[in-house]
Amino acid sequence: MASTACFMIVSRNDIPIYEAEVGTALKKEDAAHQHQFILHAALDIVQDLAWTTSAMFLKAIDRFNDLVVSVYVTAGHTRLMLLHDSRNDDGIKSFFQEVHELYIKILLNPLYLPGSRITSSHFDTKVRALARKYL
Amino acid sequence: MIGVGKIKQYTNVLDKPLSRGKQEVSLKRRLEDAGYAVGARVLELLCHRDKGNRRETRLLGILSFVHNTVWKVLFGKVADSLEKGTQHEDEYMISEKELLVNRFISIQKDMGTFNCGAFVAGIVRGVLDGAGFPAVVMAHFVPVEGQQRPRTTILIKFAEEVLEREARLS
Repeated sequence: MASTACFMIVSRNDIPIYEAEVGTALKKEDAAHQHQFILHAALDIVQDLAWTTSAMFLKAIDRFNDLVVSVYVTAGHTRLMLLHDSRNDDGIKSFFQEVHELYIKILLNPLYLPGSRITSSHFDTKVRALARKYL
Repeated sequence: MIGVGKIKQYTNVLDKPLSRGKQEVSLKRRLEDAGYAVGARVLELLCHRDKGNRRETRLLGILSFVHNTVWKVLFGKVADSLEKGTQHEDEYMISEKELLVNRFISIQKDMGTFNCGAFVAGIVRGVLDGAGFPAVVMAHFVPVEGQQRPRTTILIKFAEEVLEREARLS
């Protein structure tokens, strides 16, 4: 079953530091731009919601047509955002938790500047594998 | 610790063309920046490892997180005391009788008011900044009667937006 999914990591300063199209649907030229636009538009909502709860996983916070935006906010206010069309809440939560652990490992590298782009191909491979597993 | 010792060695070896004042300030800034990098990472790691993925959204919450969890992981014990400033609403102080980084370092007389606790002040600032509570953090020596060495106080002064948000949330 084809599913669209766009995953993005946005830093505290609202700069995307990692993005990946992880859906199984066929890639369309303009879809990627639209996905990024929808995710950026959802940032305001995330900012308000983040201060109302001490949980990290904020479920579905925004909708666009039949696409849903789910967000996971880390302690350092780095946002892991996923745009998807499925309703698999548990799978998405597990996906976020595993990516969070990967992110912490990247952060612990003393040569990594927090807030800069994540360029590790190892990280990219792992995220895509997790997406295939959980989404 | 080793880093601070090396920096002191470095400053002693140099034949000072710059005035003493400038060197102190740049040393302090370098220590604070080093601490800031540590603080940002410590925040993420501890929230994930020790706090079961729960973020801090309130002022007292993040202060007690620093005072208990962060201190325990860094120095093996909780900080000696956490006080609210009496003169200003936005000031808080974490005091330590003998801060680990100051324990084996003696300050030369002509270094004036330089405090190696600037490293720890940087760590605290990194944690607070990362969690969304911007603040100015400084380390001071406070002489105590009956004790030969002064105790160290980390003074935290929160930015206005933090207090506004606290007022809004409560």
